[in-house]
Amino acid sequence: MHEVSYLRPKNLADAVRLYRTTAGCRLLAGGTDLMVMLHARTLRPEPRALLDLWSLPELKGVRRVNEGLEIGAAESYTAIIRSPEVQRDLPALVAAARTIGAAQIQNRGTLGGNLANASPAGDTLPVLLAYDAVIVTDRRSIAIDTFFIGYRKTALQPDELITAVRFPLGRQVEFRKVGTRAAQAISKIVMAVSRSPARVAVGSVAEVPLRARQAEAALERGDLQGAVAAVAEDIRPIDDVRSTAVYRRAVTQNVLRELLENVRSPRT
Amino acid sequence: MRFTLNGTAVSLDVVGTHRLLDVLREDLHLTGTKEGCGEGECGACSVIVDGEVVDSCLVAVGQVEGCKVITVEGLADGGRLTALQQAFIEHGAAQCGICTPGMLLAAHVLLQQARHLSAADVREGLAGNLCRCTGYTKIIDAVLACTK
Repeated sequence: MHEVSYLRPKNLADAVRLYRTTAGCRLLAGGTDLMVMLHARTLRPEPRALLDLWSLPELKGVRRVNEGLEIGAAESYTAIIRSPEVQRDLPALVAAARTIGAAQIQNRGTLGGNLANASPAGDTLPVLLAYDAVIVTDRRSIAIDTFFIGYRKTALQPDELITAVRFPLGRQVEFRKVGTRAAQAISKIVMAVSRSPARVAVGSVAEVPLRARQAEAALERGDLQGAVAAVAEDIRPIDDVRSTAVYRRAVTQNVLRELLENVRSPRT
Repeated sequence: MRFTLNGTAVSLDVVGTHRLLDVLREDLHLTGTKEGCGEGECGACSVIVDGEVVDSCLVAVGQVEGCKVITVEGLADGGRLTALQQAFIEHGAAQCGICTPGMLLAAHVLLQQARHLSAADVREGLAGNLCRCTGYTKIIDAVLACTK
């Protein structure tokens, strides 16, 4: 049996170089998805090396940058939940992080991992879409609404790595996840909504986490009922082990209605 | 690679991508850490790394280089059980026992991090540890007994 080697970069520049020059290299952060697949030997192509980003200081921390808040790609959900800045400025992100797994997963899971993994059920991804988060990589910034390009496919280049996620401030976002139980559940649907600007972002209802554009257009006109009607057309749910398309469509509409009632009118 | 295991420095020659769980059980012969699902769902393999509870099935052993790792074997001081372990015995908080090491470690961290815990706090704090015997009530009672 061939062994997958372990690479621990000295710093971010070293990580960027190793990722570019090592054949068959996969990035490892908290391991909550990757280690499961590594052990089950379901990673394709099979990796020859894991490049461990977990303890790189450049990928940790929460900091103010210009008009926004930046969170390191390898910062844990636990650190995000505990951060006073995130609690104050991005409460919907805290709410989403608290629904992820339980303590063991929150201590290891990261925003960079949720993004790179690009699961349609990724719990933070609708929140990132509703905040218009910007994904910072080793070479550029990517607007989140251009990031998810297909089922578990992202706009990242093969040797590109996520270093941070940037959020604008002053936006009120509401979050709701519907799963089988409160903890350790993969969502049946997961949603984040902003009233101004109008953002309706939904997960587990299509091959990618998506923005419901027709619902957003209705919301922009102040037509709340229209938004609830339109969101059913925006999503593309399927039947799977967790839920059915019919259920997901109905619950997406119900959750949107509930969240719109929670979101205050634009601040003056 | 080197790390601190239950207060003792260990030095190992292992492949860094091996799971911490396997290294603990197979290389270090500490079989108190159990494998349940192997997918980060059940918490049976919980250990404490630098003060936080993690699933050892999801940690590559290379990632604990320089860290302080505590397994269930590291809770008792010699033959002297912790108050939490004693409370588990007194409340009958174990049935088949597979989840017990992980429950103890998750609860240990919970008790260290919060002074006051409600039953709801304990339920949330142990939400990542499944007991297939469904003996949750006595486990929660045992943890709450240690918050007094």
